[in-house]
Amino acid sequence: MNSGNGGQRGKTQGLVVLVIATNVLGNVFLSRGMHQVGRIVSFSPAEYLRAFANPSAIVGILILIVWMLSDLALLSRADLSFVLPVTASAYVLVALVGHFFLHDHISWQRWLGILLITGGVILAEETPARTTTGPPERLR
Amino acid sequence: MKWLLVGIIALCNTIGDVLNTAGMKRQGEVEDLRPGTLLGMVKKIARNPLVLGGFAALAVSFFALLSLLSITTVSFAVPATAASYLLETLLAKYILGEDVKWRRWAAAVLVACGVVLLSF
Repeated sequence: MNSGNGGQRGKTQGLVVLVIATNVLGNVFLSRGMHQVGRIVSFSPAEYLRAFANPSAIVGILILIVWMLSDLALLSRADLSFVLPVTASAYVLVALVGHFFLHDHISWQRWLGILLITGGVILAEETPARTTTGPPERLR
Repeated sequence: MKWLLVGIIALCNTIGDVLNTAGMKRQGEVEDLRPGTLLGMVKKIARNPLVLGGFAALAVSFFALLSLLSITTVSFAVPATAASYLLETLLAKYILGEDVKWRRWAAAVLVACGVVLLSF
């Protein structure tokens, strides 16, 4: 069943937009920061603390905390199988921002990927955001 | 080492998302994003073993991703991401009891293929 009336669906869609925006921004900053920090392959958490000395990585991590909270709020209102494809528009956004603002080259394979993901987002958007009533029986 | 990290990312991502979804459904719908509401949500999460378990799985996945990003490019993480979409949709249907019909399956497959193509 759908998540109620238009207002309820509107709230869910608002969360979808927030999740996508914070995902894109957080990963852009974190990725830039981690490349400045350099190679880390370790099972020691202390090694990863080096990332916290980098401003880009810190901003990225803070935005990703907002992403995590909004994603959890979204999962309280919508199905996982709805949230996953719909929030995949973040990939499309990253590619298009790179193309139009940073003049990245987009190969035909990447354009096809953008097209497929957009198709997936549209298909998922045609389904009700929530199809369950309570918590899942197997994980109550 | 790279492929071991890819496997860890895919598996832990899937487990984390499924546990988080189950846990958040148990907490009830979040109605707004006011600071008070969010604080209440975080307090409930602190006592929610499903979401805490989900966090632990996602934390492992996150550190594996940081390691992967520091030794290779983002595109190497792509197979893990693509596999997660299909695995999570499967578990959403059979463990979370979601009504996954052809539109959602098609959406998951299109997104998984699209994510792979984007890495070219």
